Amino acid sequence: MTLLSLRGIRKSFGAVDVLHGVDLSVAAGEVVGLVGDNGAGKSTLMKTITGIYRADTGSIEFDGKDILALDPGQRRRLGIEMIYQDLSLAKQQDVASNIFLGREPTKKLLGLFPGFVDKSEMDRQASKMIERLGAHLPSINRSVGSFSGGQQQTVAIARALTFNPKLVIMDEPTAALAVREVQSVLDLIRRLKSEGIAVILISHRLNDVLSVTDRIVVLRHGRADADLVTARTNMNEVVSRIVGGGDTAAAAAHEQRG
Amino acid sequence: MASEQPGFWARVQRASVERLHIRLESLVVLLALSTAMALLSPYFLSLSNFLNILLATSTIGVLAIAATFVIGSGGLDLSLGSVMGLAGVAGAFVAVNLGWPSVFAVAACILAGAIAGYINGQLVTRAFVPAFIVTLGMLGLARGLALVISKGRAIYGLPPEAVYIGQGRPFGVPMPVIILVLTAIVAHAVLAYTRFGRHTLALGDSEGAARAAGIRVEHHRRIIYTLSGALAGLAGLLFTARVNAGDPTAGINYELTAITAAIIGGTNLFGGRASILGTMIGALIMGVLQNGLTLLAVQSYYQQMAIGAVLILAVFIDQYQVRKESRV
Repeated sequence: MTLLSLRGIRKSFGAVDVLHGVDLSVAAGEVVGLVGDNGAGKSTLMKTITGIYRADTGSIEFDGKDILALDPGQRRRLGIEMIYQDLSLAKQQDVASNIFLGREPTKKLLGLFPGFVDKSEMDRQASKMIERLGAHLPSINRSVGSFSGGQQQTVAIARALTFNPKLVIMDEPTAALAVREVQSVLDLIRRLKSEGIAVILISHRLNDVLSVTDRIVVLRHGRADADLVTARTNMNEVVSRIVGGGDTAAAAAHEQRG
Repeated sequence: MASEQPGFWARVQRASVERLHIRLESLVVLLALSTAMALLSPYFLSLSNFLNILLATSTIGVLAIAATFVIGSGGLDLSLGSVMGLAGVAGAFVAVNLGWPSVFAVAACILAGAIAGYINGQLVTRAFVPAFIVTLGMLGLARGLALVISKGRAIYGLPPEAVYIGQGRPFGVPMPVIILVLTAIVAHAVLAYTRFGRHTLALGDSEGAARAAGIRVEHHRRIIYTLSGALAGLAGLLFTARVNAGDPTAGINYELTAITAAIIGGTNLFGGRASILGTMIGALIMGVLQNGLTLLAVQSYYQQMAIGAVLILAVFIDQYQVRKESRV
């Protein structure tokens, strides 16, 4: 079942054409890698999906609805969630505070004063979220900044899950992580997939993309230049589609080592 | 993950930060300082001197609460002392020159402070002038306006109800102390346990994260600066009522002491971490320091130097610890 379907998406900023008619579809529970060189239009494309940019022409359907005219808040309510590379975490606050930031459950203090944060309820739900992800954090009451990069990623994903998303877009989730941490983040992506949540993974780390995705879409010069089934492709092919022919053997070898 | 078990001191430290929102070090400093003063001066340990310290701390304490909110949100308010002076003059002007009832004088103090704070907030969030500059400018503006309104002279002769706010002693406890304690309790509850308080700290921690979470960042900042001004107005009321005069030079350099109290109390200079309980301990440290130095007959010029040195030292220790933690 197709969850997200983009057709002929065009977007330009003044005289600069960034997207020249991109087609992209993502099925429910599918993990799609989005790769491409710097400036290929990955970020712009993602922002037209989340609604931060409005496509000039083309159509975007999500869950059978035309969402082209919807703003980011409305699209989020429909189930599109994005995790940015900087994770947007408040580093000195604890896990629950970050997961529920802006949507804290409240109670009345002494049954009189409204607006007091129900911290124990927050902690309980936060623990449940972390557990659901099969992840482990040293302590839920510690500031997020004291965690490793992968643990912070876990918090960001847990926060995204509280919105009950159908699609999670992740921007370079493994770029700044140690090797062992990369595996745990890839496991989190598999966990999302197993719960029927679709993931679009933007990454320069082709090894990660090849290991976790179902399909790989290569963006080149503002077009979806290739749509490869991960099980039937390899590093060489992906690299050659990204750089567009030429001497790709050396580049692929370089990637393989990296 | 195999992390080594933290020691007893570290565990107590962490528990006090997580549960009570205070840094243990500041309590230790307060106790050590009090012990030292008690040993050095025979007059230090007495109920009347204790109340003296609290009374002297009340004005600074209210200003320090304002500083805690602003700094905790990642902002800065250098105009606290001047706005306090302006508010006191405004209240005295309404009561004495206009002859209006005390209740209007009280309202004038708070309102004058709130308006100054509101202007700070508007300029910071809409004109994109850094808070440092906006509130430094307001420091000059508010002080100048206080001198203009009062024609440079203190306005004497407040009505007795207004004076009671500063000099009354129900059950033997000075009114300003009661007002400080009540204000601190409310402020602590708001900062530590309400959505408003949590958003304030999140904002100071990472404006981007707060924005991404749907918090109306600019709106929130305007409320914080207005609140800060209103609290400075309250401090002006307490001071004016205590000395029974609207003094246009009241509160000079008080922002220095107030910000120092907030920082000693564990407020992160760059926002994101703050607690009113901690700030109150910081304010008491400043109060004990000033009181003790006075009892020891140290000239007030040296006291000013001591406060400045304590501020730099407190920030140094805080930054040293932050760097140490981030290295782990």
